Amino acid sequence: MAEARLRQLRGRDPLGLRRAFADRLLPALVGAMALLAALALAGADGAGRLAERWQQGEAGQLLMQLPRETPLEPVLARLSALPGVASVAPVPEERLRQLLAPWLGEVPDLPLPHMIAITLRMETDQIPLLEVVQTIPGAQLELRSEAVRLAMRLAEGLQGLSLAMLGIIGLVAAALVAVATRAGIAARRDTILILHELGARDGDIAGRFARRLAWLCALGALGGLVVAIPALWYLATQALPVVLARDVQPDDLPWAWLALLPAAAALIGWGTALVTLRAWLRRLP
Amino acid sequence: MVRFSRVGLRYPEGEGAWALTGIDFALAPGSFTWLLGASGAGKSSLLGLMHLSLRATEGEVEVLDSRIARLPRRGFPALRRRIGVVFQDYRLLPHLSVFENAALPLRIQGLTEARLTADVREILRWVGLLDRAESPPTTLSGGEQQRLALARAVVARPSLLVADEPTGNLDAAQARRVIALLREMHRLGTTVIVATHSDALPEEYPAPMLRLDAGRLVSHG
Repeated sequence: MAEARLRQLRGRDPLGLRRAFADRLLPALVGAMALLAALALAGADGAGRLAERWQQGEAGQLLMQLPRETPLEPVLARLSALPGVASVAPVPEERLRQLLAPWLGEVPDLPLPHMIAITLRMETDQIPLLEVVQTIPGAQLELRSEAVRLAMRLAEGLQGLSLAMLGIIGLVAAALVAVATRAGIAARRDTILILHELGARDGDIAGRFARRLAWLCALGALGGLVVAIPALWYLATQALPVVLARDVQPDDLPWAWLALLPAAAALIGWGTALVTLRAWLRRLP
Repeated sequence: MVRFSRVGLRYPEGEGAWALTGIDFALAPGSFTWLLGASGAGKSSLLGLMHLSLRATEGEVEVLDSRIARLPRRGFPALRRRIGVVFQDYRLLPHLSVFENAALPLRIQGLTEARLTADVREILRWVGLLDRAESPPTTLSGGEQQRLALARAVVARPSLLVADEPTGNLDAAQARRVIALLREMHRLGTTVIVATHSDALPEEYPAPMLRLDAGRLVSHG
C-alpha cells in the first residue's frame, strides 16, 4: 500500500520538475519581488488614503456665505444638483456664534449670514460652482487653497507611481519565470520529448510545468510577505504620527491586497510558464 | 494500416538534403516486417515518419487509417498513443523507476494507480523485469534496458509497434530474447516493423522486408 502510494507520488512528477527547477533560487527571487510589490502596494494605498483624507477633511471643504435674507433651501438644492458636489450642509447659527465668540464675545443680536459647508469629490471642476455663486446676489465662496490642491496632486502622483511600480514588478516577475521555464525546458528537454512522443498533450506537459512554477512563486511570495509585513508596520509607525498626526492602527496596512500577493505571484508563474511551454511545444512535430 | 505514397523527406525543415525520396509501400494490419539498410540509409527517418516524430516534405503518409497531412495538431496525441516505439538508445527516464518508466503511457492516458498496476506488473513479468520493478533503469544491463523500453512501448497495447534497431547494442542472446518478444507481440495481433542493419536476424526469423538504400526503397516483399 505504502509502496503504491510512493509510486503514485513519484508518478505525478514524470518530468522530474522538482529537480529541474532550482528549489531555492526562484522562490528567493520571487520573494524579493513580492517584498518590493508589498512596499509599492502599501505606498499606493497610503498615498490614496492621504489624498482621500485631504479631500474629505476640512481641507476638502469649501465655505459659502449667503446674505441673511436669501432663502436657504433653493440654494442648497441648486448646489446639491451640481456635478462633483459630495455634500452640502448649512452650518448651524449656534455653531457660528460659538466660533465667533472668542473674537466678538457674546453678541446674541448680531445678525450673521448663512454659512454653507460644501464638500467636493476628488478632482472636481469648481467652475460650475463659481457660476452658481455669481448668480446669487451677495454670495461669497472661500476657494480651496492652492497648497491643498498641490498636496493632493502630489499624493495622487505618488499613488500612480506606486501602481506603475507594481506593474513593472509584475512584468519583471513574469520575465523571471519565463527564464526559469526555459532553464527547466533545457534541463528536461529529453524527458519532454519522450512524453510528447508517447502521446502526452501539450496542455498536460505545459500544465505540469505551470503548476510547479505557480507553487514555487506562491512560496516565494509568501516568504517575501513575511519579511514585508514587519517592515511596513515599522514604516507606518514612523510615518503616520508625522503625516496624519496619529499613531498606527491595525487597519492602516492594506491587508486584503497584501494577502492577494501570493495568489498573484502564483498566477503570474502559472500563466507565464504555460505560455512559454506551449510556444516551445508548438515547434515540435 | 500504414501506407506511404511517393513520400519524400528533407532535413532540416524541408530545406536540406533529401533523406528519403519516392517511398511507396503499405503494411497490412497484423503484419511483421523487417526494415533493412545500412547506417544512414534512412531507416530511422522512415520510422520517424511512421511514429509521427517527423513530417513528410512531400507525398502522403497514412498511419492507422489517419492521413497525417490532414490530421489537425490536436489529433496527434491520440494517434501517438496507439503507436508503440522502441528506440535503439532506449530513451528511458533515469529519474523514474523501472515500474514508473513502464507505466508512463498508461499514466499519460490518465489511468489511475489502481487500474494500471496490474497491467504494468504483467508486462514487467512478460519481459522478465518484475523483480527489478523498483530499481532505477540506470542499474539495468543493456538488454534489460531494451526489454524495459519494449515493455513501455507495448504496455498500452498499441496497434502499431515500431522498433528502431532494438538489438543494435545487444549481444546475440539478448537480441534473440528481444526479437522473440517482438514476434510474440505480432502473434497477439499487433502490426510490427523492426529496423535493423543486420541481415542475420531476417535470415533467422523470415518475414516480409523493406530495404532502403540512400533514402530510396530498393526492395519490397
